[in-house]
Amino acid sequence: MNLAAATNEHLANVSNTLIYSSMAVYTLAFLAYIAEWTFGSRSKIGRTAAALTGAAAKKAAAPAVTVQNAGGTAVLERPKVVVRAASGSRDVPDGPGAHGGDEQGDLYGRIAVSLTVLAFIVELSGVLARAASVERAPWGNMYEFNITFSTVAVGVYLTLLLFKKNVRWLGLFLVTTVLLDLGIAVTVLYTASDQLVPALHSYWLYIHVSTAIICGAVFYVGAVGTLLYLFKDSYENKLASGGKPGAFATSVMERLPASANLDKFSYRVNAAVFPLWTFTIIAGSIWAESAWGRYWGWDPKETWAFITWVAYACYLHARATAGWKGRKAAYLALIAFGCWIFNYYGVNIFVGGKHSYAGV
Amino acid sequence: MSKTTTDTSAAEEQDLGAAGSQLSTAPVETAMPGSFGGNRKPGLTGWLAWTGREALGWARWMWRQLTSMRVALMLLFLLSLGAVPGSLIPQSGTDALKVSEFQAAHKTLGPIYQKLGLFHVYGSAWFGAIYVLLFVSLIGCIIPRTWQFVGQLRGRPPGAPKRLNRLPAYATWRTAAEPEQVREVALTVLKKRRFRAHIAGDAVAAEKGYLRETGNLLFHLALIVMLIAFAWGQLFKSEGDKLIVEGDGFSNTLTQYDDFKSGNLFSDDDLVPFSFNLKNFVGTYERTGPNRGTPRTFQADITYSLGAYGKAKKHTIKVNEPLEIGDSKVYLVSHGYAPVVTVRDGKGNVVFHQAVPMLPIDSNVTSQGAIKVLDGYKNAQGVAEQLGFAAVFVPTYAKSSGTMFSQYPGLDYPVLNVTGYHGDLGVNAGIPQNVYQLETKNLKQFKDSKGNILKQQLLPGETMTLPNGAGSITFDKQIKEWAGFQVVQQPGTDWALAGALTAILGLAGSLFIQRRRVWVRATTGDDGSTVVEMAGLGRSESAKLPEELGDLAALVHDRAPTKTDDEPSVPPEGAEQQ
Repeated sequence: MNLAAATNEHLANVSNTLIYSSMAVYTLAFLAYIAEWTFGSRSKIGRTAAALTGAAAKKAAAPAVTVQNAGGTAVLERPKVVVRAASGSRDVPDGPGAHGGDEQGDLYGRIAVSLTVLAFIVELSGVLARAASVERAPWGNMYEFNITFSTVAVGVYLTLLLFKKNVRWLGLFLVTTVLLDLGIAVTVLYTASDQLVPALHSYWLYIHVSTAIICGAVFYVGAVGTLLYLFKDSYENKLASGGKPGAFATSVMERLPASANLDKFSYRVNAAVFPLWTFTIIAGSIWAESAWGRYWGWDPKETWAFITWVAYACYLHARATAGWKGRKAAYLALIAFGCWIFNYYGVNIFVGGKHSYAGV
Repeated sequence: MSKTTTDTSAAEEQDLGAAGSQLSTAPVETAMPGSFGGNRKPGLTGWLAWTGREALGWARWMWRQLTSMRVALMLLFLLSLGAVPGSLIPQSGTDALKVSEFQAAHKTLGPIYQKLGLFHVYGSAWFGAIYVLLFVSLIGCIIPRTWQFVGQLRGRPPGAPKRLNRLPAYATWRTAAEPEQVREVALTVLKKRRFRAHIAGDAVAAEKGYLRETGNLLFHLALIVMLIAFAWGQLFKSEGDKLIVEGDGFSNTLTQYDDFKSGNLFSDDDLVPFSFNLKNFVGTYERTGPNRGTPRTFQADITYSLGAYGKAKKHTIKVNEPLEIGDSKVYLVSHGYAPVVTVRDGKGNVVFHQAVPMLPIDSNVTSQGAIKVLDGYKNAQGVAEQLGFAAVFVPTYAKSSGTMFSQYPGLDYPVLNVTGYHGDLGVNAGIPQNVYQLETKNLKQFKDSKGNILKQQLLPGETMTLPNGAGSITFDKQIKEWAGFQVVQQPGTDWALAGALTAILGLAGSLFIQRRRVWVRATTGDDGSTVVEMAGLGRSESAKLPEELGDLAALVHDRAPTKTDDEPSVPPEGAEQQ
């Protein structure tokens, strides 16, 4: 064994340690999110107050402008924009978030986000160390795909937070699945770091696989939004029809954004990434054309990518069609994400085909 | 619904409906009656007229159904559902061997699947029916939409609805500027923001985001282009395999291929005339680590020439880098070893001397093959006979393993294991035969003096002598490599790519661009000052719409500021203060 190989092995070990460390930090973040939800369930008053201020904040969306006059500076109010909900939609305000307006809950929420940032940095370093140890993009097998996938998913969440989007409610659901994803990666899918087979020696690896990972991560965030939309929507329906949801359901649902906004959130997320998914498939076709001699051959992975594409196209069309809007479209979105997941795990493990490399 | 429901709301909804009409050209669902014939008059003419009306009515009804969004949605869903079995059941197009295995294993299910076309889903009639219907539906949808959109582009944005304050985003203030002046300012501001704007009555009507519709139509058109390109490619494509040993050559004619498949409309004249020689094949493998033996590089150095007398050019074909000659692409798809073997008869005359390609059976290139001496051999009695040798070749033999399984794909310790037969190889019957296997029905195996089967492991340069002066077989010191090439011709690929890229562009346009309308109304109020009202309407509720309206309002406000002795803003009537 030469010196370079020894360094690589060392880096691979560093990467493994970092991935395990990130799992530990994610676990702490998970506990902090739990604490946020728990403390947030305490005060009803705080929550109602927060709901009110939340509504007030929406109105203040149009900021005042300073108008410079020739004779001096006079602060004039910019014309206020009044926003009206479309007729027929429920006028439900967004919930205050997991902390429910509770101060201690909010503190734990902030701790949770900080821990998520820390875990993200540790995990990202783990992925980069892995890349350095193999001197290529870390997407050569399912283990590497998994660790990159969860890093990107958390990255998307943190980016949305950074742009002051109201997405902190996603935290608990996201970190739970990130832990699952990493758990599967280190136990079932672990593959020692090594070089790629010749078929993967192409710059298309960077383009095709990286966009596939980003799409998966964003689709995942969209799917969580859709799932919560379905829960929140039936909760709101129950309230509207005079029913009384259970105490736990009320406690959780009250704190989530309004169902209309959850629906809008998941639609935006899915619609934003759909062209990228289209690109991923096309990039794959171009690569397949130069590696396998045909751009489309109904290989199981290709077929399921196509099925996923059609399912998301269905969702986007359904959402614009009367009679399919709302819950029906949401079910389609979940089916579409199910197709994506099957395309990743199901096809690799049960079906096989030309996308099988390095064992799985 | 807002709390300010009044009895005039129905009329207002209608008013708003007109303002919001044609923000998109998406089809509107309309109910259609089930029967169209009306009254049937007596007599033959009455029957004919009735039947004609009925048939036409139903045809129109079916067409409407097919081109409706609901049916398109169902077809889309069916398409994805229909694609599923093809990924789970072996397909004859990709793996014919697995299909026959499946049929052998499932005696009852096999014929049913066969009948349903489940072994060739993507070429089956029912799958074709789904996508043809889908594309007919698509064409029936986008053609009227295109005309409608052209009409919208030639027309002007619709005028302002009566009560702007009922629109999703609304702003108002009073100013000292004259109404005409405000309208001119608003027109300039909106035009500068690249709205299509015009003054209609007491208000400015403006619209922006036409690229959304353009993108949408472009995307659907691109899908049609892709489908046609794909179908074209399938009909005219050809795909052939050829195994070439180092030093040998190939010219692109049908007879030279080992295996050849083509589309229904392909003709032999479509083959691009070229030829090439394989000079050298290089394969390297991981030496150490857990993935020892995993291939690292495969490359084939060739010289090729176009046409019968073209100039020879050097080229290297790698796994991801095919050679392109005209419409043809030459791919490197497989490789293996071809040990050079010499067979002599009892008198020592060479009757066979060539490299014999061996077929790999595992990832360490343990290979098997057959050495067939067809003619020129006479046995000890001087009678013409055929010889056959079943051979197993391992590039890296390990004594410790005790088996004929290779330990490494590189040529570290090559060993050839042979056992010989004599008699009739069965090739003269004209039945196609596997070149890597012996048909032993009419062959007799050579035995040694003790009556055991004659079998020997040969190192390069070693010779196995056949019993009773039958001759010998020598494993020469030279081991060549062979490479498997696939030559593919698929027209329409460029069109498919262009369609795909256009589709992404169109998709981005139709998903990221908002189509929205803005109205600015300026009227003289009760106190003589000018009331400015601005409102925005988008196809879907968007947070960006109020933001944009705020920006526009600020711009108009800069040049038509709030009357200083007045309240800065008037609470809009009817709208709720939330």
